[in-house]
Amino acid sequence: MSGTHHDCCAHHGHHHELVIEHLSVCYRRVLALEDVSLATSCGNRVALIGPNGAGKSTLLKAIAGLVPRSSGTILWRGTAVRKWSREFAYLPQREEVDWSFPITVRGLVEMGRYPQTGWWRKFSEKDTEAVNHAIESLNLNDLQDRQIRELSGGQQQRAFLARALAQEAHVLLLDEPFTGLDRNASQLLGDLLEKLAREGRLVIASHHDLNTVPRLFDEALVLATRPLAFGPVAEILTPELIEKTFHEPVPAHI
Amino acid sequence: MDFELLTNPFYQRALATAGFIGFANGFFSGFVVLRRNALSVSALSHTMLPGIALGIFLTGALSQWNAFFGAMFAALLVGLGSVAVARGNRVEQGTALAVLYTAAFAAGIALLPKLDTRQELEHWLFGDIIAVGNADIWIAFGIGALTLLITNLLMRPILLTLFEPNVAAAQGVPVRFIQYLIFALLVLALVSSLQAVGCVLSVGLLVTPAATVSLLTDRTSALFWGGGLIGCFGSMGAVLLSGKLGIAPGPAIVIVLGLLFIAAYLFSPKYGLFAPKGR
Repeated sequence: MSGTHHDCCAHHGHHHELVIEHLSVCYRRVLALEDVSLATSCGNRVALIGPNGAGKSTLLKAIAGLVPRSSGTILWRGTAVRKWSREFAYLPQREEVDWSFPITVRGLVEMGRYPQTGWWRKFSEKDTEAVNHAIESLNLNDLQDRQIRELSGGQQQRAFLARALAQEAHVLLLDEPFTGLDRNASQLLGDLLEKLAREGRLVIASHHDLNTVPRLFDEALVLATRPLAFGPVAEILTPELIEKTFHEPVPAHI
Repeated sequence: MDFELLTNPFYQRALATAGFIGFANGFFSGFVVLRRNALSVSALSHTMLPGIALGIFLTGALSQWNAFFGAMFAALLVGLGSVAVARGNRVEQGTALAVLYTAAFAAGIALLPKLDTRQELEHWLFGDIIAVGNADIWIAFGIGALTLLITNLLMRPILLTLFEPNVAAAQGVPVRFIQYLIFALLVLALVSSLQAVGCVLSVGLLVTPAATVSLLTDRTSALFWGGGLIGCFGSMGAVLLSGKLGIAPGPAIVIVLGLLFIAAYLFSPKYGLFAPKGR
């Protein structure tokens, strides 16, 4: 992945690093995530894999600042991230979204600008431009007046991605983005995430289909509350490790 | 149109009150529809009756003010009580609310025979917009203006809170404060419609307008402003109509709003029963 040209980073050739050190998260007294460390940089697509309840969602939410961590540090571009930051965009799992909320695609994307505009300031030309640009680059022009439930699964993911772009986020945290998508939509979203990564964003997504990991991601973190392995996909997805993680036989063609 | 009615000062006041209350409640019904808590509103509205009874019991007389404060006190007590109980994580808020409001309602019914003002109490059950005094108009206007001001100032954090509470919290929106605020405004809106439609029918004013708009549009802002307009003109029209037909104006308001909802349900170009399917 090194040497990728970043269009959206301010300084080309400079890698924006995300370094997570000894991150733990407790829900009440249950340990959901234990001592997770990893280092990656923008331009990459990182898969979080592991069985149900392994802490994939928790890790995404912890990076996004949505759940408090009990210990550990997160460094982004060398600075410690303590709470929610505009640089991180969290895209919720499909079933966590209230799809019948009366909001249009455009309204949703505009929400991405609220952190910039604050509670009261009117949308400036720059805000409107950012919204338009996000809608255009995700090919949502014709859908922008649709209510969010009237979109297909893939379109819904694109709408939330557009909101992340309007927010000018660098790190995209997606919770099971490919779940429930048909083959075509899955392919489209895969291409899209690749494009967004090539433009210099860091894509981190939880994923449960081991077969598609090599095609969709560059790096993988195997989780089972504790991190079991982290590295380039080709090195990580060894039959032994998968067996150990999932206690299930390996799909034939990995 | 019966122009004699329009020159009658009672009717003029009733119309103005209907307009204010209709707009403020209609606007606020947007939040009720978004939060999907029409049933809680209904529970709270029933709580106002024992509140009024308690007000009479404690002060010995029925007046505008002790009815107003009694209703507000009871609704706040039961409403916030249910939120507090639900925070224990064992009992759901809807369950807590059902327990508390029926208990309060039962207490109100037990208390009623002890009071000798049953006649006038009917007035609070079903409202009497023709009998509004200047104080009522100002209360309605004040509550309406306050609601509009606060909700418009805080529209973005409120929307974020309703759509994605955890993301909103992470972005620094004081989610709990906003939730309590919406709740308090809800109680105020309910109390403001007491005079017009009474505590039983007040739910209609606080749910129907935005429910109607939600059948007609997908724009979030239209839910509020459209709800306000439907509430305003629906209520004023109903007051005029009630004078012509000789029916009580309170029920007339809720009937007209209900009919508008049914019309939207049947004929909405997009979500109506007769709308072309399969888009």
